[in-house]
Amino acid sequence: MSAPAQAGWEVVIGLEVHAQLRTRSKMFCGCPTAFGAAPNSQTCPVCQGMPGTLPVINRTAIEYAVRTALALDCRVNAGCRFARKHYYYPDMPKNFQISQYEEPLAEEGLLEIDIDGAARPIGIQRLHLEEDVGKLLHEGTLATAQASLVDFNRSGVPLMETVSKPDLRSPEEAAAYLRAFRAVLVYLGVCDGNMEEGSLRCDANVSLRPRGSAGLGTKVEIKNLNSFRNVQRALEYEVQRQAQALEAGERIVQETRLWDADRDVTRPMRSKEYAHDYRYFPEPDLVPLQIDRAWVDAIRRDLPELPRARRRRFVAQHGLPPYDAGVLTQSRALADYFEAAVRAFPQPKLVSNWIMSELLRALPGDDERAIAGAPVTPERLAGLLGLVQDGTISGRIAKDVFERMLRTGQDAPTIVAREGLTQVADEAALAAVVDRVLAQNPRAVADYRGGKTAAAKALVGQVMKATGGKANPGIVNRLLEEKLSRI
Amino acid sequence: MISREDVAHVARLARLALEPDELERMRAQLDGILAYIDQLRAVDVAGVEPTSHAVPLVNVMREDAVVAPFPQEAMLANAPDRVGELFRVPRIIED
Ligand SMILES: [Zn+2]
Repeated sequence: MSAPAQAGWEVVIGLEVHAQLRTRSKMFCGCPTAFGAAPNSQTCPVCQGMPGTLPVINRTAIEYAVRTALALDCRVNAGCRFARKHYYYPDMPKNFQISQYEEPLAEEGLLEIDIDGAARPIGIQRLHLEEDVGKLLHEGTLATAQASLVDFNRSGVPLMETVSKPDLRSPEEAAAYLRAFRAVLVYLGVCDGNMEEGSLRCDANVSLRPRGSAGLGTKVEIKNLNSFRNVQRALEYEVQRQAQALEAGERIVQETRLWDADRDVTRPMRSKEYAHDYRYFPEPDLVPLQIDRAWVDAIRRDLPELPRARRRRFVAQHGLPPYDAGVLTQSRALADYFEAAVRAFPQPKLVSNWIMSELLRALPGDDERAIAGAPVTPERLAGLLGLVQDGTISGRIAKDVFERMLRTGQDAPTIVAREGLTQVADEAALAAVVDRVLAQNPRAVADYRGGKTAAAKALVGQVMKATGGKANPGIVNRLLEEKLSRI
Repeated sequence: MISREDVAHVARLARLALEPDELERMRAQLDGILAYIDQLRAVDVAGVEPTSHAVPLVNVMREDAVVAPFPQEAMLANAPDRVGELFRVPRIIED
């Protein structure tokens, strides 16, 4: 989307992504992290920030962050430390957030994204751990609210922040980066990637510079980008806004803006004069971490195959078109589903077609839980395709059977038997139907004999209709040809 | 010497409302503290690893095991104001 106003400007975007780690307990206390519990039912004095409490680091949170860092080719620092980040906001009653500052867990990595079929590495500046904060709700509408309401269940959930370098050059690239990043997290099993539930959240830094210039323009931070669609739309809006301002000779003000998805605009947050004066200092209640090399090596050995590698393998090993491979590897569950189905029914392209057209029509392919829990298991899909292959049912009927399998959770043979969907392959029975159709359609028969071979198609259609779609099309074709040639 | 403006800035960050005489008292005390820091600066620390801790301890971690949280009522009991299961705080204008 290169509107005229931006023609002379290059877009520079960096993303900060916050991902909730899928640990069972919180970052610094044993409270559960499950989403959707009654407000304030999963808290304790530690995660409500009461004086005198002591945080203790969750080992699995460190492991998940190291796993992610390795997958992003980051350097895992030998030593790292937590720091207090101070600010006043009711989502954080102790008035500081435990985060990392000067000594983050990992730095200097990269994530490859695909732009117009070519791979482009996007630099990762740093990756660090912190605690999530409580959730604020407004009483009534924003304009009339007299008070805010706070739920601290989310407070203390392990949060991993990953900051990209300003290497993204368009809103599309930013959305592609976020998709690729999400896929990596989900493959690693460290985050469920659910943007609606806030497991994955994104802020962006955007600036424009004259094309060909190497310096950086004044950047604007945009918050509240909580879906792929919002990331792209908000950035498109913001790029336009900045381009128009620069074209008009105005200066860009360094500020933080919020994306308002209802109005499709970014608007400045009311000035937080001291917002960026966080007065970090080392968290005195936590001793430093010295991450053991042997532990890092063990985590590296256990890394699963990542989305890009798996996509390349799907093309090489299963002979899939790159497009299919891209769709099928968008989540680990979907890629696992495909491979399980191919093991049971070794025709990869056919399996891919069924997954892309039928399964993904019913279920979102990036939803791990939905795919992993699909009522049509890979083995059952293979069973259905087997019935088509051995001629028990037609391809058309198979689509209906698939829908019923999704609805009822039953397997294909059960549904086919109960609904009497078996393809009629009995030659004598079909011959009778063909004779009847020929007798009832003298006009089509005459057309055919007059040289209009297309008339045969209409006759096949009539036979299929008369058998409720259950006739074996191969046999119908052969019978019709024989009988028409003999008339 | 630390300026009155610096003290006012720090007080604002700490959400402290200081009267002019309090501000001056704080300024004088902070000056004393900073002078002491300057005295520490004179110590030769070449070759000494910076540390944030007095105890020679690293890697204190716990296993990822869930411990029963505190009862909801107990955690809400001291709230100055609440609505049902939620804490109620003065309205946030920012977002
Ligand atoms: Zn807790």
